[in-house]
Amino acid sequence: MAAATATRFCQQLSSVSDMSPDWTTKEVSTGTTIMAVEYEGGVVIGADSRTTTGAYIANRVTDKLTPIHDRIFCCRSGSAADTQAIADIVTYQLGFHSIELDEAPLVQTAANLFKASCYRYREELMAGIIVAGWDKRRGGQVYTVPVGGMLVRQPVSVGGSGSTYIYGFMDSNYKPNMTKEQCLHLVSGALSLAMERDGSSGGVIRLAAISESGVERQVILGNQLPKWSTA
Amino acid sequence: MLNTSRPCQPQSGGFSFEDSRRNAVLEGNLSELGYSSPKARKTGTTIAGIVFKDGVILGADTRATDDMVVADKNCMKIHYIAPNIYCCGAGVAADAEVTTQMMSSNVELHSLSTGRPPLVVTVTRQLKQMLFRYQGHIGSSLIVGGVDVTGAHLYSAYPHGSYDKLPFLTMGSGAGPAISIFEDRFRPNMELEDAKQLVRDAIVAGIFCDLGSGSNVDLCIITQAGVQYLRAYDQPAQKGKKEGQYKYKPGTTAVLTKTVTPLPLDIVDESVQLMDTQ
Repeated sequence: MAAATATRFCQQLSSVSDMSPDWTTKEVSTGTTIMAVEYEGGVVIGADSRTTTGAYIANRVTDKLTPIHDRIFCCRSGSAADTQAIADIVTYQLGFHSIELDEAPLVQTAANLFKASCYRYREELMAGIIVAGWDKRRGGQVYTVPVGGMLVRQPVSVGGSGSTYIYGFMDSNYKPNMTKEQCLHLVSGALSLAMERDGSSGGVIRLAAISESGVERQVILGNQLPKWSTA
Repeated sequence: MLNTSRPCQPQSGGFSFEDSRRNAVLEGNLSELGYSSPKARKTGTTIAGIVFKDGVILGADTRATDDMVVADKNCMKIHYIAPNIYCCGAGVAADAEVTTQMMSSNVELHSLSTGRPPLVVTVTRQLKQMLFRYQGHIGSSLIVGGVDVTGAHLYSAYPHGSYDKLPFLTMGSGAGPAISIFEDRFRPNMELEDAKQLVRDAIVAGIFCDLGSGSNVDLCIITQAGVQYLRAYDQPAQKGKKEGQYKYKPGTTAVLTKTVTPLPLDIVDESVQLMDTQ
């Protein structure tokens, strides 16, 4: 969840006193805010778009909402390299499983595949992932796989370094059985609050709504972010 | 995570960390005496790439540094991967060089196997999977750019195995100055001459504002039609001319006494060695 400054396994090839700034040697992290909400008929997921190496923003328009299958997405936080690698592996595993089954995979299956990788290699990885999607059996579902490899289903989940700033907002504003529009409003509001306060989150808000009919993606640019009273 | 059945077997091939503890002790002993152990040569670099109307332009400076000394004034940082794909390398010079050569040969084999010209995304995928496998110990940051059947693409790959796909990218120690030029003046679908000027300006910003970058600007323009590798496209940092003279006129210092002692010397051997001062 915290920005990946875990240098336990990162042997530096040169000392920090080099002429190069720290962002040429630090690992790339998606110090982030990610969020997912279930509603009747699907899920709404959202993320910021900032990727950092130390204090430098390596990518200010990152897409942290990664498709794993037609109606299953994952939101990535933590080390960029670790989460990209895990997402690629799970995409392959789930695609293979889906072909064997000859039907669309369950969100629970995808979540368990993430859990399997994240738990097995928990000492080596720094990855906090939210798996969300729609399937025929249980409709819209959100599963969270935080650092360490736990797996738990939640109606609404936040993750990343910026999530700490919006637990209160989420607890007070989330109500069960919201509509898709209310969920989009909640997610974009929560993300903009987190991006305002967390230095490792920022850029644009990427949203996606996943349901039986498919995936609708949208981007809220920096100057269109929801505004709050403390200017 | 016990993957091997005989963990006590010495590892053959791959990275060996057996001497790490000894090296740390030696480093400590050396620093007590005031010396330091030699560092891996980094290309302390500015590399950049943009996607323009007809394809991709990659740019790089040409300075390779050994700590604070310039080891190579005119090295090549834009490496060949495939006829339609080139790669700029920053970070540890050896790692960038060898990694790109490996990618080049892998991509050629893959291309022969598939019977199709290579895709930029293929190179990036193989690159990031290899870098992730080595968990950041291969210290090369790379910008991969090229034009394939799906269009013009630009990717960056970081030492730990992450990648980004963007319309403009900079990497290396001079990335800060260079990205500021791009953020100010980049537009989608630029014309060739404007794009060349923009990349040149970005690299020049790195050359002037970063100590680890210098010498010339190399450009590589990749389009559907082919590749133009412009070595030394611009040489912004010319050696300056000396304005004044440090010689004193004869007679400035008064001579009080003069003694001449001729030495009897014979020439035994004469050889001439030319120094390359380019």
